Amino acid sequence: MYDAPLRKTDVEAQTTKIAARDVQVYYGDTHAIKDVSVDLLDKTVTSFIGPSGCGKSTFLRCLNRMNDTIDICRVEGLISLDGQDIYEKRVDPVQLRAKVGMVFQKPNPFPKSIYDNVAYGPKIHGMARNKAELDEIVEKALRRGAIWDEVKDRLDAPGTGLSGGQQQRLCIARAVATEPEVLLMDEPCSALDPIATAQVEELIDELREQYSVVIVTHSMQQAARVSQKTAFFHLGNLVEYGETSQIFTNPTDPRTESYITGRIG
Amino acid sequence: MTDATFSGDAPKASGLLEADARTRRRNASERRFRMYGLAAIGAGMFFLVVLLTAIVSNGIGAFQQTFIEVPVYLDPAKLDKNGGRDPAQLAKVSTFGYTPLIQTGLYQQVRDAGIETGYEDARDMKALISASAAAQVRDFAIANPDRIGDTVTFRILASSRVDGYLKGRVSRDSIAQDKNIDAGHLELVDALREDGALRKRFNWDFILGADASESRAEQAGLGVSMLGSLFMMLVVLFLALPIGVATSIYLEEFAPTNWMTDFIEVNISNLAAVPSIVFGILGLAVFIQFIHLPQSAPIVGGLTLTLMTLPTIVISTRAALKAVPPSIRDAALGVGASKMQSVFHHVLPLAMPGILTGTIIGLAQALGETAPLLLIGMVGYIATNYPDGVISGFLSPNSAMPAQIYEWAKRADPAYYERAWGGIIVLLVFLLIMNVIAVILRRKFERRW
Repeated sequence: MYDAPLRKTDVEAQTTKIAARDVQVYYGDTHAIKDVSVDLLDKTVTSFIGPSGCGKSTFLRCLNRMNDTIDICRVEGLISLDGQDIYEKRVDPVQLRAKVGMVFQKPNPFPKSIYDNVAYGPKIHGMARNKAELDEIVEKALRRGAIWDEVKDRLDAPGTGLSGGQQQRLCIARAVATEPEVLLMDEPCSALDPIATAQVEELIDELREQYSVVIVTHSMQQAARVSQKTAFFHLGNLVEYGETSQIFTNPTDPRTESYITGRIG
Repeated sequence: MTDATFSGDAPKASGLLEADARTRRRNASERRFRMYGLAAIGAGMFFLVVLLTAIVSNGIGAFQQTFIEVPVYLDPAKLDKNGGRDPAQLAKVSTFGYTPLIQTGLYQQVRDAGIETGYEDARDMKALISASAAAQVRDFAIANPDRIGDTVTFRILASSRVDGYLKGRVSRDSIAQDKNIDAGHLELVDALREDGALRKRFNWDFILGADASESRAEQAGLGVSMLGSLFMMLVVLFLALPIGVATSIYLEEFAPTNWMTDFIEVNISNLAAVPSIVFGILGLAVFIQFIHLPQSAPIVGGLTLTLMTLPTIVISTRAALKAVPPSIRDAALGVGASKMQSVFHHVLPLAMPGILTGTIIGLAQALGETAPLLLIGMVGYIATNYPDGVISGFLSPNSAMPAQIYEWAKRADPAYYERAWGGIIVLLVFLLIMNVIAVILRRKFERRW
């Protein structure tokens, strides 16, 4: 597994989905993210790697304004989705989050049925006119989350009763149910065993066909396996950003090299 | 604590089969701690048993009352001099008109039963009969004018002295100085008991009836003050629950963290510790003297107790909201729910068991609260009548269960002492029921993760 060959990357000239320019994030007096500028491409998996506390999760949470819920957090600079500034006053974060879905580190299904877990997003966004349409959306999302076959006979069972890997795929299904354009994943496999991890990784690869996926991971093997682009963060700086194959085989910055060879972390 | 300090005799090389001195000491201290714990629980249980035994043994008697069955001749010559059975005319005869009829009835009954007494006058029977009997017979006569002229057997209350004699509270020695009753009466009571006309029965009127004057302990009941408590609890429930829950949700989920919210939080915590009598005087000053709500009214009591209960509800609701894992909020926000949707669809249902428990505990606390009621005039001899409707339930003077108990405990007649204990049993039963409801609701709404 550790010797898995680096995925052959074939990033063609793709459009930029999310563009960040000179982003600064402060937690109170702490300067957590410094001068980050990056273009995240459409229909591409981008992984954020770096040592703990380097700001990769913080930056990820800026991309759908989840940091808004933290009072002391302040974001400066420009982040745009399809050319529109997402921190503009008129932007409603609720609408933004429907477009930029998120999957969290720990599987966090609602303590409701599997069906209700997936149906909740479409329901609050008014995506279904009737029960039949909703059923269809739920089935589609569960299929895309690669969990349909396992749960189709027990949609009324509580989502919290599933195994860890199933819960995480349910959360992914829940995230894709609202038809987002970007999917943010914050260490989605850190609570999962290797088999569940493999299933989720496979799923991420499939999701790439429709979404721009950004994944934060501590596992460099995982970054190498699933992503086409990799960004290396260190102490709040974006040190290096490029093709995954290039980052892992021929990094330009000495800090990146130290990290991927295990000297800092 | 002792384990953490370095004592110099670090384990020497020894086998696993023998505990070293340090391990032995550690185990001994753990054993000692367990013993302390068991002793503490034992002491607590002991006091609980003592308390319950005292309450039950002192109070259980209040649920039984001595009644005498007396045939009373409803003498038309006394009750309806003009004939015609006109209700207006009948109502003119006061209870004083009925008292001799009852006394005569009892005297006649005693004579018919062949009981030897030294009493030559029907009025000597007065000591046996509750003063409430005349009103009971009068009410019957006014309601059934056609029965006037008949001899009707009434089950009337015996006086509290007689009741006390049957319950062991009154003895021949204790009445030596008593001008209400003498030893001959007690002989008569014994004889009537054997005859079957006089005996103790379960007394619903103690639970459902109204309070009575100082001299009629046998008639006093808790029912009206129970209604007072009920109306107060309605006020508390419908004010404290929504206000408390709304406050908690705002503070916990929406309020920005700044000095203002910190200030409010500190104040709420402090309010929970304010003595209840302070809320009482606040209620007196604001609701009665400033807003001019009626004195002694359950609405004022309810408002005052609402003030007192609010901090309890706010604190427990906030604790329940805090206990909902943040990952649920993240999950809801992550699929594009608004803050309010995430709170009302996900956080609140999960916090529900905690909120309900807190509310019921708060209500139970309010139900047992006496001190604030002293200041807004809900004690004293108030509760003589049932409120005649919901509005008057809120607005007309009433008492509350704990205040009624306090009132009884204050009165001179030892018969009231027993009733105070009995009232405590009723109050405790209510609190027990509320706690059981809290447990059931918690079980019902609890969800597994």
